[in-house]
Amino acid sequence: MDRNIIELVGLTKQYGSFTAVDQLNLTIKKGEIFGLLGPNGAGKSTTILMMLGLTEPASGSVRVCGINSTTNPIEVKRRVGYLPEDVGFYDDLTGLENLVFTARLNNMSNKTAVEKSRKLMVRVGLTDAMNKKAGKYSRGMRQRLGLADVLIKNPEVIILDEPTLGIDPTGVKEFLELIMKLSKEEGLTVLISSHHLHQVQQICDRVGLFINGKLIAEGDIATLSQKLFSNEPYMIEAGVILSSKDETDNSATVTKVSDMLKDISGVINVRTENNILYIGCSRDVTPDIARKIVESGNGLNYLVKKEYGLDDIYNRYFEGGNNHE
Amino acid sequence: MIFITVILKEGIIMNDSLNESITRNKQKKRKFLNFSGRRKNSSLFTSDEDILHPFWIIVSKEISDHVKSWKFNILFGIIVLTCLGSLYTALTNISSAIKPNDPEGAFIFLKLFTVSDGTLPSFIVFISFLGPLLGISLGFDAINSEHNKGTLSRIMSQPIHRDYLINAKFLAALIVISVMFFALGFLVMGLGLIKIGIPPTAEEFMRIVFFIFLSILYVAFWLNLSILFSVQFRQAATSALASIAVWLFFSIFYSMIVNLIANAVAPPEFAPTHIIISYQKFILNLLRIVPSQLFDEATTTLLMPSVRSLGPLTMEQVHGTIPSPIPLGQSLLIVWPQLTGLLAATILCFAISYRSFMRREIRSR
Repeated sequence: MDRNIIELVGLTKQYGSFTAVDQLNLTIKKGEIFGLLGPNGAGKSTTILMMLGLTEPASGSVRVCGINSTTNPIEVKRRVGYLPEDVGFYDDLTGLENLVFTARLNNMSNKTAVEKSRKLMVRVGLTDAMNKKAGKYSRGMRQRLGLADVLIKNPEVIILDEPTLGIDPTGVKEFLELIMKLSKEEGLTVLISSHHLHQVQQICDRVGLFINGKLIAEGDIATLSQKLFSNEPYMIEAGVILSSKDETDNSATVTKVSDMLKDISGVINVRTENNILYIGCSRDVTPDIARKIVESGNGLNYLVKKEYGLDDIYNRYFEGGNNHE
Repeated sequence: MIFITVILKEGIIMNDSLNESITRNKQKKRKFLNFSGRRKNSSLFTSDEDILHPFWIIVSKEISDHVKSWKFNILFGIIVLTCLGSLYTALTNISSAIKPNDPEGAFIFLKLFTVSDGTLPSFIVFISFLGPLLGISLGFDAINSEHNKGTLSRIMSQPIHRDYLINAKFLAALIVISVMFFALGFLVMGLGLIKIGIPPTAEEFMRIVFFIFLSILYVAFWLNLSILFSVQFRQAATSALASIAVWLFFSIFYSMIVNLIANAVAPPEFAPTHIIISYQKFILNLLRIVPSQLFDEATTTLLMPSVRSLGPLTMEQVHGTIPSPIPLGQSLLIVWPQLTGLLAATILCFAISYRSFMRREIRSR
């Protein structure tokens, strides 16, 4: 389990004077689900292309399954399934025929290809659409077919580039659950690139944060949030019932409450935004806050204990990045 | 199958007879039966057992795509119709086409491809006109449509070499064109044979086969040109228009431009012979930049055996020659430069598109 299946050392890629990927070091262990996160144009796709040997790095080395992707891309592509961003299929072939074509490109006989394709279509939940033309597939179905297409070569690693893009929320949930299930069943290593942070955080064991071609943070989500929010690990959001019709009265009430809350020991700071209170605390003081608000005579509308998601981590890093400049 | 059942029945009848030798014979036949039975089985399952090389998987997919596509079928229909039309005019005019002292009198069969009464152009004219269109239609969306559909990066992430795709695309289109032209050529020959009742001689047959090869080569040039544009341009419409623009330029405007140049640099009427000859050679060479000119020259030489030279001849050179057809080998020698020229242009286009495809970074759409 501890074997490193993907090793990137000092990887750099330049397009003219623009550096897309800058001195990237990254290792991914076998069986892990790794999320490569970052905004558009951060160099995620370029990194993936270099892992597959589809583009050559300017310097540094890529080893996938112990094989150098730059010098021996065919062997790497035999072991790695890649689902490109916005995957396409041959519209005039059925979903099954598309899969069989991929299977046969992977040196399978016609019989095994058809059998295996059928099985995979059932597994990804496309049993009814098997003989439908791929051109008639919806976006979500295309992604499922793409997943089957990736799995047909019995890969050790699967790389999914923005797999949740353009699918509706339920579709995303189902799709991610499918990925998780398949990876656990087959013992696959999964690399997901995405800019939809909260979607990917549900299934990733570890994430890497990628901005402007640099990996600026790496680790599991708990570690990342601890590192980032060490001074105020708890964030509580509180809404107070505001009875008055007058806006100034309302904000006066909120300010009064916020001043009161600052006196509680453990509360570090209180911010108000659109009459909602954001209370940063060093420890969990939710009961105290509730009591204080009720005692003050104001109605407590709701109280949410917020956990930091990747959105917050990402925003925090991005803010940090802007501050440096 | 019927053959096997007959043997089977025979075997049963023979089984009834008690003759020892016949029984032995029957056993032999049983063996044969078993053998053929096994063969039948294996041929049924060979497609399941043998693993085709990925390259041929792509080629076979491309061929089936072409054959099923509308654009190919429409063009195929047009070409078949025009060929039948030109064959009809050739057949109705073939009797008047042969004159008593015609040196090509012995080559009646070749006239099927060249004769016309002016209402409909002849077979070769149709091929030289529609062939480029066919080549362009098979190649203009070869690479860019894969890119726009988002299939290119998916195919490239399979364990195949990158050049498989472009080579397979070229080969598949070439196979489709070859099958089509040979079928068409032999169809015209067959129909002509039925109608005029005179079989072609071996030389005529060879000339026609060479003509078909030449047509394939000519279409292959346009195919490669359009593949080149399909690598260069992102939009299929752009590459189609660019290919058609090149075709229109060469087939219509280029000769006009050459005419303009010819008028401008024309020597005076009473200039010495060598100046007039070099002038005519210069104009001819200008025209020969165009692939259709090369194709026309080559086909006329191949299908009209009396053609002895493609350039100007002086009276001294012609003096004393007997107006008779020349053998196939000599005709081929005359068109050899044209043939190599066409081949070179084809290979050049393919090399450029191959190079730029190999160096391209393949991203999703």
